[in-house]
Amino acid sequence: MEKDIAPILELQDVSKNFGGIKALDKCSFYIKKGMITGLIGPNGAGKTTAFNIITGLLKVDEGKVLFLGKDISRMPTYLVARIGLARTFQQVRLFDNLSIEENLLVAINHPGEKFHKCFFYTRKSNSFKKKIEEALAFVGLNKSMTTIASELSYGQKRLVELARALMMDYSLLLLDEPTAGVNPAVREKLKSLLRKLKKQGKTILLIEHDMDFVMSLSDEVIVLSSGTKLMADKPEKVMKDKRVLEAYLGK
Amino acid sequence: MFEAYLIHLAILICIYAVLAISLDLAMGYTGLMNMGHVAFFGIGAYTSALLNMAGVPFIVSMLAGALLAGIFGFILSWPTSRLRGDYLALATLGFSFIIESFMKNWTSLTRGPLGIPGIPRPNIFGLVISSQLSYMIFSLIVMVVCFFIITRIEKSPFGRLLEAVRDDEVAAKTLGENVRHIKSMGLLVSAFFAGIAGSLYAHYISFIDPTTFSILEVILLFSIIIVGGLGSSKGALIGTIIILLIPEPLRFIGFPSSIVGPARQIIYALLLLLIIYFKPKGLFGRVKLGEN
Repeated sequence: MEKDIAPILELQDVSKNFGGIKALDKCSFYIKKGMITGLIGPNGAGKTTAFNIITGLLKVDEGKVLFLGKDISRMPTYLVARIGLARTFQQVRLFDNLSIEENLLVAINHPGEKFHKCFFYTRKSNSFKKKIEEALAFVGLNKSMTTIASELSYGQKRLVELARALMMDYSLLLLDEPTAGVNPAVREKLKSLLRKLKKQGKTILLIEHDMDFVMSLSDEVIVLSSGTKLMADKPEKVMKDKRVLEAYLGK
Repeated sequence: MFEAYLIHLAILICIYAVLAISLDLAMGYTGLMNMGHVAFFGIGAYTSALLNMAGVPFIVSMLAGALLAGIFGFILSWPTSRLRGDYLALATLGFSFIIESFMKNWTSLTRGPLGIPGIPRPNIFGLVISSQLSYMIFSLIVMVVCFFIITRIEKSPFGRLLEAVRDDEVAAKTLGENVRHIKSMGLLVSAFFAGIAGSLYAHYISFIDPTTFSILEVILLFSIIIVGGLGSSKGALIGTIIILLIPEPLRFIGFPSSIVGPARQIIYALLLLLIIYFKPKGLFGRVKLGEN
């Protein structure tokens, strides 16, 4: 794969050990701007670890992570998020006691939420209502904005989490198994949503176990195995590659 | 006589309400299992009493006590920023032991276990709050102001961040929120108001010693906010009233004091069991204890 389009994210020889286990071992890959990239690999290949490294939740032992040309490998998570990296989680992470609306509002970093502005703004006055309505309409969630997150079904929580990520001012969206545990209808919906986002010029990196989903959606697929990149190519080539099959099923 | 007793109860309720509401800001809103709240109470009490007795005006002493407590809260939040739940509870409990040990052993300043007697009543710009009734009005005003400020913080956009941190720190981080700073500010404000309560207490009782700020007080405070419900200032206020009033009738039944003390503990324990069994979120709570 050639670097014909500028990479928005690049991992350079990233290693991460947990005790004696090498979760990532000199792993290098890059993501091109404006594309949907699938990140696949057998269980324990290091996919989620890679996500946690990219978002700064874990720190690299060695190597570099470049995002928009900046080295973010030592940057705290919240700053990485602020420069334009949004993500969702394998296990949905919503603020369970907050309403849908408030969940989405947390994703907007506005000056009114600073501590010293406590006495000038209230939570009730929401100047981002329109943006939130749009995001919820985009993911197709027809639930009242005031619904408390813990009252939602699993599929609905996934959609809210996605909508929340979309509220951010992001240039790269990381999705960790967006289809895990959702029914086929929601899965199809997700597919068309991600295509729409791509059309809007967004860059998406997703971890996915559902091969149909990832192969039909991705422009490029990166295969991880035992913490390193096995290959990166167009989906049809990846599907035919012997090494990939071996990584999943053994020789 | 009976009137004086009622006023005494009302003053105690005001003081403990400030303590409970501020503890709820840390525990109910920010999700910090803070067992060191009495230490902030103590810092506020000692600082305010010592400064005032050294000639500093009351209002300045009170605010200095609160500010020092707040600073300690802010500092405590650094080493404990990675801890949650039980671990944080233990660390903050350890902090309260450290403060207690300072109170006991820094005798040149605190007179150690002898305590500090003769703390004067507040003198606000020449107005001395000496009578019981005026002290009740004074503490009621302070309590209402504290209640207003804390609920205002909880209902501000910053309050939403506190709750987001409570519900899921990792998610809050990945949404661009500086979780560490948010927790520090939460603990600072919580400790500040505990310091205010400490000052109110010291200048009312006029005597403080290290035992006033012991672990027993922590249990009382926890009972209050568990009964009232986490994440609700109103709950903390009503919890205070309930917990402080419920054992009072025991005094009039005519039991000897050797029974009244333990009976009070039995009542608290029963109340806690009933609440946890039938209403795990407390009377007005929005968050279940230990949910995160």
